[in-house]
Amino acid sequence: MNNTLIKTVLTKNCGKIDPNSIDDYINAGGYKALQKAIKMTPVQIVEEIKASNLKGRGGAGFPTGIKMEAVLKINDTPKYIVCNADEGEPGNFKDKLLLENDPHQILEGMIIAAFALNIQEGFIYIRGEYNQSIDTLNTAIEQATKKGFLGNNICGSSYSLNIEVFSGAGAYICGEEFALIESIEGKSGRPRNKPPFPTVCGLFNKPTLINNVETFSNLPFIINEGAKAFTAIGTASSSGTKLVCLSGNVKNGGVYEVPFGVSVRQIIEELGGGVPENRKIKMVQLGGASGPIIPPSMLDIKLDYSEMADLGLSMGSGAIIVIDERFEMFQILNKIIKFFKHESCGKCTPCREGNQQMLIILSKLENGTATLKDIKLLETLCNVMVTTSFCGLGQAAPTAIMTTLKYFNEEYTKKCSSQNAKV
Amino acid sequence: MQLLKIIEKHGRTPENLLPILTEYQNCKDTNFLSEEEIKLVAKELNIPQNKVYSTISFYSLLSTKPRGKYIVQVCEDVPCYVNNSVNIVKELEEMLKIKMGQTTSDGIFTLEHTSCIGCCDMSPAIRIDGKLYGDMNKEKLAIIILEYRRKQ
Repeated sequence: MNNTLIKTVLTKNCGKIDPNSIDDYINAGGYKALQKAIKMTPVQIVEEIKASNLKGRGGAGFPTGIKMEAVLKINDTPKYIVCNADEGEPGNFKDKLLLENDPHQILEGMIIAAFALNIQEGFIYIRGEYNQSIDTLNTAIEQATKKGFLGNNICGSSYSLNIEVFSGAGAYICGEEFALIESIEGKSGRPRNKPPFPTVCGLFNKPTLINNVETFSNLPFIINEGAKAFTAIGTASSSGTKLVCLSGNVKNGGVYEVPFGVSVRQIIEELGGGVPENRKIKMVQLGGASGPIIPPSMLDIKLDYSEMADLGLSMGSGAIIVIDERFEMFQILNKIIKFFKHESCGKCTPCREGNQQMLIILSKLENGTATLKDIKLLETLCNVMVTTSFCGLGQAAPTAIMTTLKYFNEEYTKKCSSQNAKV
Repeated sequence: MQLLKIIEKHGRTPENLLPILTEYQNCKDTNFLSEEEIKLVAKELNIPQNKVYSTISFYSLLSTKPRGKYIVQVCEDVPCYVNNSVNIVKELEEMLKIKMGQTTSDGIFTLEHTSCIGCCDMSPAIRIDGKLYGDMNKEKLAIIILEYRRKQ
């Protein structure tokens, strides 16, 4: 394995400390950043995070410092802080690693952010399927409260914060920030209209800072080492490290922490050991079910927000799913769209109906009864879903189809027999 | 009564609906919420029955139909699929002598599909009674199922 590809910032404690021991975390340098932050002003903290160029690791990549500044500037109380630990995107398991192995790092990041924004109440929304993570975080909260890092008069200051774990109950849509907020409020998790964004009108209609597990986990390092040390890692447009989740037909799947700028090929071949039995890669899906599918010829693409955006791609929350030559493309697309059909919340028509209609056309393509007209219809459906779906779920659901139409177009036309080829 | 105790613990406000339903269902061997229980929760929280019902039907970990004591869930998403999750379903159907979605006649096991459970690096993966098992094959499945049977 090529060790120069690995950079351990977030995962430095993983597997090395007992996640159920706050003393282990403290002995490894934990809660120093919080003690430093408590002596800083809110504006200093927010400016440091802005200068670090940290971008949200949940998939959207929005600058964390700018989000925090928005909550800081709003004149409305109470304000809330929420950690999105509803990791459910197929192919992603990096938040689970942080939740189960270094819960205090997440808490420390949340407490720093909450202190900067003078927030007194917070939630960690963990998907119901992650029972172990729920137990680990509850233990960590209890320990941090006993040590005075949570609860009243944190680190001897006049600042107080309580954090509660909230368990999801099996709904992918609750990873969407407004659906998650609705779920904490006791409702079915369905998204709300944006704007207003949660920074203005979030949980219980109050200003809310909501960030992904990995995003919060970056804050202790930024406060301890400074924004400059953070921007020194990675590339010009993408600072720091990224946890990538390698899975599918690969020898050594798992979570790897790499600096931005590493290529997808390096991750698959050098870290993952390539495809078992020397089979060839057919395609790779980036980010998870809602991410783009690329052909082997594009594997030299680098993990970099702007380089990927220039190609119309995105790394999402960091999944890399390798699919080898034994699989038919339409079998895979069928699985992906079935997932979205099941997880669509049903609120808006383009997503509720669109996924069902796409499945019908996909099965025609699978059994060879599709016509060129069906492919045209599929393209139209994709466009309608992207432009008119209410939330990110429906907007991103057709990504796999759109990218395969672009990079694997011959597979579509091949499936239309000459008899069916007339439009 | 257990349900009233749980309602009491969380508090009689609508935002506690989901934690109440989840916690109560978890302590039932039949893993579901009955019509009477839905009516009681609605009354105690002072919300319409249809709101309780729609919440249950929205979240896939909750059910309005009786299920087995142990719910065996097989991940069906792409990382597991390309590592043979289809065969895992077949093996389980043979071992438990039920089809996907059914419950064994002794009420011990229910076989379900699940969306990704975050075990993609040890696919194919399953989840039984909240516990995750990875790198599944026929032999491992047989041992695990036998362990749960012996718990009876």
